[in-house]
Amino acid sequence: MLSVSNLHATVDGKPILKGLTLDVPAGEVHAIMGPNGAGKSTLSYVLTGRQGYDVTEGGATLDGEDLLALEANERAAKGVFLSFQYPLEIPGVPALTFIRTALNAQKKSRGEPEITAPAFLKLAREKAAALKIDFEMLKRALNVGFSGGEKKRMEIFQMAMLSPRFLILDETDSGLDIDALRIVSEGVNAMRSPDRAMLVITHYQRLLDYIKPDRVHVLAGGRIVASGGPELALELERDGYDRYAKAA
Amino acid sequence: MSVAAAIRTRDVGELPSRRDEDWRWTDLRGLIRVLPDASEAFTGTLSPGPFDRLAADHHVLVNGGDARIDVAAGKKTLVALRLVSRGVGAHASRVTINLGAGARLRLLESYESDGASVCQTALTITLAEGAALERIVLAQDHEDAVSVSQAEVRLSPTADFGQTIVASGARRQRLETRVVHPGGRASARMDGVYLVADKRHTDHTTVVTHEGVDGTTSQLIKGVARDQARAVFQGKIIVSEGADRTDARMGHHALILSDRAEVDAKPELEIYADDVSCAHGNTVGAMDEDALFYARQRGIPEPEARAMLTEAFIGQVIDRIWFEDARKVVRKWAAERLRV
Repeated sequence: MLSVSNLHATVDGKPILKGLTLDVPAGEVHAIMGPNGAGKSTLSYVLTGRQGYDVTEGGATLDGEDLLALEANERAAKGVFLSFQYPLEIPGVPALTFIRTALNAQKKSRGEPEITAPAFLKLAREKAAALKIDFEMLKRALNVGFSGGEKKRMEIFQMAMLSPRFLILDETDSGLDIDALRIVSEGVNAMRSPDRAMLVITHYQRLLDYIKPDRVHVLAGGRIVASGGPELALELERDGYDRYAKAA
Repeated sequence: MSVAAAIRTRDVGELPSRRDEDWRWTDLRGLIRVLPDASEAFTGTLSPGPFDRLAADHHVLVNGGDARIDVAAGKKTLVALRLVSRGVGAHASRVTINLGAGARLRLLESYESDGASVCQTALTITLAEGAALERIVLAQDHEDAVSVSQAEVRLSPTADFGQTIVASGARRQRLETRVVHPGGRASARMDGVYLVADKRHTDHTTVVTHEGVDGTTSQLIKGVARDQARAVFQGKIIVSEGADRTDARMGHHALILSDRAEVDAKPELEIYADDVSCAHGNTVGAMDEDALFYARQRGIPEPEARAMLTEAFIGQVIDRIWFEDARKVVRKWAAERLRV
């Protein structure tokens, strides 16, 4: 699925990723943990093609295809989805309009027919109910005036609607209370499947109680400095990142 | 000194220039060396106007002339008013509009030119007590035209005046509205949208003078300037001495989509009364790149994402139009100009 090799990237000319190598096979959930400033968000933006995040060396492929050569929207159409740490407000665009525009743009890019209005609404009602989102909220401008928790729930709703193949969750647990965390995690877990993979970026171990990773990687100083099973997350929670920060 | 006098006398010295404070960003004297000959009478067939299908009552002035619209007390009507310029001459038009007590008028006004004409329209609008006028103006001028519209509006107590001016610019385009506001629970909405591209220029100038207690004015102007276009917003609200408990809100927000586009804004509140509630906000900036990336990450290609975000930006003004059918015409008109 996702293969990142020796990735170097700069932000505003400053090196942030310094030789990151990572493989996430289909069907697996990998967690990336690391101290602040390690490059966790940079990794998510480099993989999704944000401007200003420049790759200087190395590469990243999705199912063998060079991701870095594609435009941000083309990567999305290939199935790469990023759940933002701070989802943006889109004034004047109702959530449903935004998501339908996105879904049809992706379908068009893949040469598939557009989704009909009734089919879209049926799907939206179904997914909203599963995430306990009031359908009326979807008629409001996307994320405008939503609480932090509502915005995160809306990210997972969009994820469910767009049905991506490779999911990146950037600090999805931040700003969530325990009930919202459970709902969001259930939404994410519902998307686990043999042909999907996930990268869960988090500072704390808490989220991983709900979304169980197959592998845990420690990102420090722009590189993966340790990898292991789920027990590594517990160890980090207990001992902190100091050891790895020094190693980096 | 006025544009109308210049056209009548063919004396360019009568044109407003940058020496006139209120025309400094739309300098006609510096632009026009020689005024064209008077426009000829138009005899051909006119293409349809933008609001033809919405109104049964049409007033069409081609290359100048006078029109009068009277709505008797208590009556309600819908009128399309077309101010059309054909050819490259100069001409002036005069329009008088009177609403009796409690009368209601939806006025769908359009400016349409097809060449390097120089034209001016003077509108005199009077609303009696309890009258309501919604004025929707679509200014779709030719890129070589010089087009000036000047409206003087006089409100009575308890009257409701709402306007939305939508403009795409011209060589020089000026849309000016001056409202005398008596207070007395009368209200004025002074909205506008401009979408300018290429080397076009548009100028929205409004002055609202509150002369009595308990008046309301609300203004929201939004615009998008791209290429080498230039937009001007001059909004002034004067709250005269004694016009207490006036509620006046002004907002002007512009997006500049190229390094060479320019937006000049001068929002002014002059307050000489007590116990007033006044606010104004003015922002001019580039498109929100973070929002753009967010839309693209969801799969929306960049041109479509830009169009969607600008349409939404402008849409907040269009949503304030009361008359739904006109709102649809304006929304479509704006979308066509943003999806390029």
